[in-house]
Amino acid sequence: MSSNKKYWKSVEELNENSPIVETLKQNEFVEEIPTDEFLGDKESLESSSTSRRDFLKFVGFSTAAASLAACEGPVTKSIPYVVQPERIVPGVANYYATTIADGFDFSSVLVKTREGRPIKIESNKLASATSSANARVHASVLSLYDNQRLKRPMVKGQPVSWEEFDRGVSAKLNNLGGKQIVLLTQTFASPATSKLIAEFSSKYANVKHVVYDSVSENAVLDAFEAKFGYRAMPNYDFSKAETIVSVGADFLGDWQGGGYEAGYAKGRVPKEGKMSRHIQFESNMSLAGANADKRVAVSPSKQKAVLAALYGYVVGGGSSDLSAELDDAVVKAKEQLRKSGSNAVVVCGLQDVDAQLITMAINEALGSKVMDVENPKMNRQGNNKEVLSVVAEMNSGNVGAIILAGVNPAYSLPNSSDFKDGLKKVDLSLTFSMKEDETAELCEYVAAAPHYLESWGDVQITKKNVSLMQPTIKPLFDTRQFQDALLKWVGNDTSYYEYIRQTWSGNLSGKSWNDALHDGVFESSMLVESSDFVANEVNLSASLSRLKQSSSNGMELVLYTKTALGNGEQANNPWLQELPDPITRVSWDNYITVAKADADRLELWNENVANGALDGCYVNVKVGDKVLKNVPVLIQPGQAKGSVGLSLGYGKRAAIQEEMQTGVNAYPLYQNFNNVQNVTIEKAGGRHEFACVQLHNTLMGRGDVVKETTLEIFNTKDKSVWNHLAQVSLNHEEVAVTSPEVDLWDEFDRTIGHHFNLSIDLNACTGCGACVIACHSENNVPVVGKSEVRRSRDMHWLRIDRYYSSEDTFEEDNEKKDNFSGLFGDNGSLGGFGELEEAAQEKVQVVFQPVMCQHCNHAPCETVCPVAATSHGRQGQNHMAYNRCVGTRYCANNCPYKVRRFNWFLYNKNDEFDYHMNNDLGRMVLNPDVVVRSRGVMEKCSMCIQMTQKTILDAKRDGREIKDGEFQTACSAACDSGAMVFGDINDKESEVYDLKQSDRMYHLLEHIGTKPNVFYHTKVRNTTEV
Amino acid sequence: MEKVNTRHSISRVLLLLLVVLFSFSQNLFAQEEAAADESSQGSVEAAASSGGDAAKGKELFNSLCASCHKRYKRSTGPALNGVTSRHETDWLYRWIKNSQELIAAGDAEAVAIYEEFNQTAMTPFPQLSNEDIDNILAYVEQPKPEPTTQPQIPGGSGGDSSGSGVSTDIILGVLAFVLLLLVAVLFLVNKTLTRFAAASGVELSVAETRKPIWKAFVENQFLVLVTSVFLLLTGGYFAYGYLMQVGVDQGYQPVQPIHYSHRIHAGDNEIECKYCHSSARVSKTSGIPSLNVCMNCHKSISEVADASNPNTSVTEEYTKEFYDGEIAKLYEATGWDPATQSYTGESKPVKWVRIHNLPDFAYFNHSQHVTVAGVACQECHGPVEEMEIMYQYSPLTMGWCINCHRETNVKMEGNEYYEKIHEELSKKYGVETLTAAQMGATECGKCHY
Repeated sequence: MSSNKKYWKSVEELNENSPIVETLKQNEFVEEIPTDEFLGDKESLESSSTSRRDFLKFVGFSTAAASLAACEGPVTKSIPYVVQPERIVPGVANYYATTIADGFDFSSVLVKTREGRPIKIESNKLASATSSANARVHASVLSLYDNQRLKRPMVKGQPVSWEEFDRGVSAKLNNLGGKQIVLLTQTFASPATSKLIAEFSSKYANVKHVVYDSVSENAVLDAFEAKFGYRAMPNYDFSKAETIVSVGADFLGDWQGGGYEAGYAKGRVPKEGKMSRHIQFESNMSLAGANADKRVAVSPSKQKAVLAALYGYVVGGGSSDLSAELDDAVVKAKEQLRKSGSNAVVVCGLQDVDAQLITMAINEALGSKVMDVENPKMNRQGNNKEVLSVVAEMNSGNVGAIILAGVNPAYSLPNSSDFKDGLKKVDLSLTFSMKEDETAELCEYVAAAPHYLESWGDVQITKKNVSLMQPTIKPLFDTRQFQDALLKWVGNDTSYYEYIRQTWSGNLSGKSWNDALHDGVFESSMLVESSDFVANEVNLSASLSRLKQSSSNGMELVLYTKTALGNGEQANNPWLQELPDPITRVSWDNYITVAKADADRLELWNENVANGALDGCYVNVKVGDKVLKNVPVLIQPGQAKGSVGLSLGYGKRAAIQEEMQTGVNAYPLYQNFNNVQNVTIEKAGGRHEFACVQLHNTLMGRGDVVKETTLEIFNTKDKSVWNHLAQVSLNHEEVAVTSPEVDLWDEFDRTIGHHFNLSIDLNACTGCGACVIACHSENNVPVVGKSEVRRSRDMHWLRIDRYYSSEDTFEEDNEKKDNFSGLFGDNGSLGGFGELEEAAQEKVQVVFQPVMCQHCNHAPCETVCPVAATSHGRQGQNHMAYNRCVGTRYCANNCPYKVRRFNWFLYNKNDEFDYHMNNDLGRMVLNPDVVVRSRGVMEKCSMCIQMTQKTILDAKRDGREIKDGEFQTACSAACDSGAMVFGDINDKESEVYDLKQSDRMYHLLEHIGTKPNVFYHTKVRNTTEV
Repeated sequence: MEKVNTRHSISRVLLLLLVVLFSFSQNLFAQEEAAADESSQGSVEAAASSGGDAAKGKELFNSLCASCHKRYKRSTGPALNGVTSRHETDWLYRWIKNSQELIAAGDAEAVAIYEEFNQTAMTPFPQLSNEDIDNILAYVEQPKPEPTTQPQIPGGSGGDSSGSGVSTDIILGVLAFVLLLLVAVLFLVNKTLTRFAAASGVELSVAETRKPIWKAFVENQFLVLVTSVFLLLTGGYFAYGYLMQVGVDQGYQPVQPIHYSHRIHAGDNEIECKYCHSSARVSKTSGIPSLNVCMNCHKSISEVADASNPNTSVTEEYTKEFYDGEIAKLYEATGWDPATQSYTGESKPVKWVRIHNLPDFAYFNHSQHVTVAGVACQECHGPVEEMEIMYQYSPLTMGWCINCHRETNVKMEGNEYYEKIHEELSKKYGVETLTAAQMGATECGKCHY
């Protein structure tokens, strides 16, 4: 049956007279294709003698020629020393003890150098616990090779020689007409520098030395000074603490100079059924809060009242007008403190002299052994009043010369515009800076300063513990350190090195100078600044009543410093920019953290877009008359209602590579150097793209990923209750998943030789991130940049997962999941799982879990590799032969722990990834023992096989057995809190062997039977209320 | 892959003939030269041995003086040739026995020399008798022997070296001429015989035209198939061989900025490898010695012994001038001024061309092999002591590494590290000695990280 249906393609066809239809019958296209336009004019094309065939021939020939020419191997040059320095053997690392003191981070460190260039920072185990190296300290070696560093001194923006520079400066210094000379410096905590400045002051009349900390600890310094007569901060030995009550103090972060995590972690590991109890009252979710046994979210103004109430209860006869719930928490904290007696401590992070005085008074009332005022910390000296008065005097024209060293007030002063105005009225403005930063741009004289790895120095981190700073490399550029310049100006011809030696001669507590320099530390009690002060009685009742009266209406902003960037000193360091924040897991940004309730009220949102990445909205933040526009918003579980948080240190623009000009500068909001401000928040338009590396925030009741229990259960119940081993059915009987009968695989014999295991104690891990940076620097891990991180292509071999509980505790999550029945209804899993995805709000529990390659004995990745690029070693390490890898990524798909990282691009010598591996200077930080991976290969944690192999080789060469503790990985060596312990479990005497026998030991996802060589220790929370 | 040389028997025979001829003539000339040498040496010694015994003096000089003095060249101390004309013999006796005494006494001559040589005190030799000193002086006063290459008797009986080149050419020419003559004669004979045949009416058989061989070949399909299979296989074999050597630089022998001869240093002078490559003992790299190591010896060795010396390192190819020039390059690089025996301070590093280039992804540690395993350098680097110019002896491929790891036993005796492992492993494998592979030295991650 034929049909006379007519199919038409367009309405035009219905029009019988359409010319288009007619043309289309003949031609494919209605209009002629304008070939001439892209081929050139027709005539010349036709007249050309080159035919298409010829063209193809040429192409073929040149391709062949090019590939033939490429067959020639490159000629590599090898250039030995003319005179080889005695201690340098090419290929062998040398270690030097030195000290970082950049005004914010103070730590005694060990520097690994290869062929005369520093490549890695390690903790100095000889140094006292209060100077443990954090992530920034580990990353500081890369700042040495910063491409943006100042290479020579400059006058008015023009490079000059030091002679010319000196002439200009001394001419100006001698012609000030009696005006003031101001030295505005960072905290050096250096007795030699103080002595030198005193000499400078006596040579030039009218000299004023003002110490300026960009992130101030003025309150505690003032409080301490009021009591003891000199500026210092009480020291705390948290390893002695049985009860820690913190009011707004992030003492695992940068609070009062930082460095407390090692001591804290010691008390957190349950020993003989005991561990410390930590109660935290705070508004932002901080590292300390995340580690606390009990965290109470309180807005800052209420924190003062909490402290006042606590004082009242501890001293006795106090009362409070706090809400019933909060009052209950305070009373319980008091009970806890009382119970521990002298082993209890209260710490306070409020920038308020009253609060700090009261805190010291509470500790004194408790007779706390934890607080140490005999050997206080000296690594913050800043005096805000003096800084502000200097700015005022500059503006009134009384200052003739200002010499800055290690500070960048044009960026970090809250009233930086006043400072900039004042700078114009000064005859001589001189800054010692490593970069042409915001301040250097405005100064007439810019002295190129060396990095601490190129300088000499002495640093008094605590009153008794002095660390020495020594150069580990010849200055890369034409730089001179502040102290050497001072020596020149006072007409002293000795070098600063000689000067330090003279200063300390006879004061090295019996050590020789060389021994002290070798160890990097010695004990002495010579003071940085001394004055004859008589301790006087401080009137506490006035302080107390002021604290009680504190109130606030509206939102409160709490400014804080992030683990990665701190005060912003190292903002141009790509390792730090890419280090995810331990709490929010966001890299390359700062943002305002908002409580969920406030976000709902202000209609602020966060959402995950199609590729999984996190987006957020913007707000305008207003403090007084200062407005910060377009600050991205991150909704933070645990944030106290009515408070928001914003980190300092971001938003730097001068001398910062474009990629690293991230975030907003919050310093203008840091009015009067107070980290708490009244603020108004206003929603703004737009959408911000975050680079967040963890998209799923809760455990969804999967208690086998992070096992945790309470101290009570841990002490009373059997292991099978709180550290349950998964069972499988064999012949209708339940057997443990680890038993050999249920194993599909034949077990290799690993009893001979070394068998490496890594132990991670979730109780000791504070989430500080030092291991992540140490891994970066040891293993040449590339930096991929914000947009790649957003695409989940970050290359971290080691990540620290952070999980929030969905209910108030993880335990409740587990119960909720177990009680699901059916799809729908109140206990339905359909809605229930959705609820579990949402983190709890104010009362959230947090847990950190470092995850790296688990080096499974039965590795799922190994069996799927089509080219056998990944294989297992007898020593327990899962090997990855990069040169064999063809990049199928099957292994990454089959890895249950998601620890394999793929090189999507070439990250070195590639302008698209313009970080340290793209310039000659930055590449100097690369570890020559580890290959730099190329595009298209998979990489992952190797359990630092280069380090274990080196240890073995050293022992073989010396013909000796290996002692426990010699085997290390980069992460375990960087872990000052002792959470990570590495070693050989075939050595039955070793620490890691003992740890493996512990009841708390479990493997990650044990039920899948991968038999990892990394094991974890169940987290125990001390939730017992008194 | 082994290379198969194509053998051309005729050319081989011819070549052999040529070589025999040539060597015969060379031998002749060499003998003549040696004779001339001896006579000149003899006359020199006769002329100088007036005051003492130069032979005894030479022995004493070499054992006592040579570390600081040279006969004809300034070294740490002055050149000694002509010293008797510069100073009184009695003064010399006193100076040699104890120079410091002379200087302390304020002797003008002595002080002048002391000042000239940067106040370097000469070791006193009180044990030398005056007779010994006479012997030494006799030896040092021997006039510098003239270079022997100069023609001594112009137009003599072909004793000059240039003659050998000419005569070879002549022989070749004659040979070629004879061959040509033979060809011509053969051709003429053939032509004459044909003509005779024609004249005498002998019928020469005409070869009948057969099917051309290529046509027969093409028509035989079986043969074509077999041949093409054969060709393909051979082609494949050679292509594979070619591709497998891409990136394998065995035999790589780049031209170095300084012609450094391992033959002279490690071979003739038997310097221990690790004297210069000391970091091989402790480090992953063997280390190219820094130039100050060279100068340990070359401060006093500014030239090689000439051809007349029985211990000379000079060869046909590389003359004394050539080697001396290379030592001069070292002086230039280190900034050593041999005239004043001091460093100028202007140094420039030598940019050697690296010969053994292991890829970045392969980790190799010298100390593991040299110190722990006790592997001789020659195992991998070949007969370095015979190499005039260093080259890559081994292929440095992974197969080559692995083979060795499979075959070599680990040296465990006396090493406490291995004690326990050895005991356990030998029980496990039931063997007394363990190979590196049994110790786990063939695991990927041991070398690739």
